[in-house]
Amino acid sequence: MNLILIAITACLVNNVVLSQFLGICSFLGVSKQIKNSASLGGAVIFVITISSAVANLLYQFLLAPLHLEYLETIVFILVIAALVQIVEMFLKKTSPAIYQALGIYLPLITTNCAVLGVALTNVQNEYNFIESVTAGFGTAVGYTIAIVLLAGIRERISEADIPAPFRGAPVVLLSAALMSIAFMGFGGLSF
Amino acid sequence: MNEYMERIYNGIVKENPCIILMLGMCPTLAVTTSAINGLGMGLSTLAVLIFSNLIISMMRNIIPDQVRLPAYIVIVASLVTVVDLLLQAYVPSLYSALGIYIPLIVVNCIILGRAEAYANKVNPALALFDGVGMGLGFTIALTVIGIVREFLGSGSVFGLDILPEAIPSIAIFGKAPGAFLVMAILVAVLNACNVNTAANKKVEGCDGCCASCSKSCKSEEKEGTKA
Repeated sequence: MNLILIAITACLVNNVVLSQFLGICSFLGVSKQIKNSASLGGAVIFVITISSAVANLLYQFLLAPLHLEYLETIVFILVIAALVQIVEMFLKKTSPAIYQALGIYLPLITTNCAVLGVALTNVQNEYNFIESVTAGFGTAVGYTIAIVLLAGIRERISEADIPAPFRGAPVVLLSAALMSIAFMGFGGLSF
Repeated sequence: MNEYMERIYNGIVKENPCIILMLGMCPTLAVTTSAINGLGMGLSTLAVLIFSNLIISMMRNIIPDQVRLPAYIVIVASLVTVVDLLLQAYVPSLYSALGIYIPLIVVNCIILGRAEAYANKVNPALALFDGVGMGLGFTIALTVIGIVREFLGSGSVFGLDILPEAIPSIAIFGKAPGAFLVMAILVAVLNACNVNTAANKKVEGCDGCCASCSKSCKSEEKEGTKA
């Protein structure tokens, strides 16, 4: 039950993009078409889940016993960067189909703030291994939901007659604002 | 205007990282709930940016080209850790208000972007002034957005009540959607005034924070030198 609560909180209540503003760049950049944003979402789920597992293990068994907690930022960012490279090479060798679908997005995620953000939040909340992985997965699913929804809206408004100054970025930001208001409704969920 | 002052003018006005280049959107949207938070975040980023530009410029001939990005990330992450510990020790209230966004300065596109596009090509003094200019531009933008959101959201500026109690404030501007709203209106106003920003340049946006951001900065820099 606790795990379900963590997953739903990470996914909907504290949506990583719409209420914590992590991963805004890719959220605004790769949300023109549903197809591409769904692929990016898949890659993000993959990377965040693995990286929160690895970050948790590193913190529990390396940084905490050695009292090097203050090094977490440096260690996490390097590990994430290396991890994405390894995941990319691994996918390329073992499953070309998945690599075809996610490949070009993997390098983009390396320094996506959401990946580092989730690793740091997990430490802050003192999650254990299973809880970290659940929170990471939930957060990434939340990201995917948000970016696919935004892409759906953008596919619609690309045909609409928008006042000239609002064309391009402003109307996307306005759509994100409305989505964010909608997601605030999840704050009322109680368990 | 000599070249050092030109860097500072460039950072604050011509290529304001936040408003014109549209870099570092995550902290811009996240921490500007009040003017003081915006100012604190801006100054923390300014400190990191000055030293990262300086160190990277000094080490530009030592770092091999193939491993420059990991090397920059280590330098920036170390500086961010220093700022993180200093804030924790001396300004605990700001530290808890900014929370996770302090360590996330590491992945702020502005810092790696400046390292990649400028600091690794010029002498340390110029890089330092570029860091000061860009940092000040970011600080000013964040503070102004913070002032607007705090004024609309709670009727105060820097914690001082400005509006009389009888006038209700618009609470949504202090919450998450307010950040998107203020940013949308800001970009729309800039569009209406025909200011050239990254948003209307039709550059394929910074797709994944820094990794691709530094590339787009680089191309912008090239365009700038051509023009």
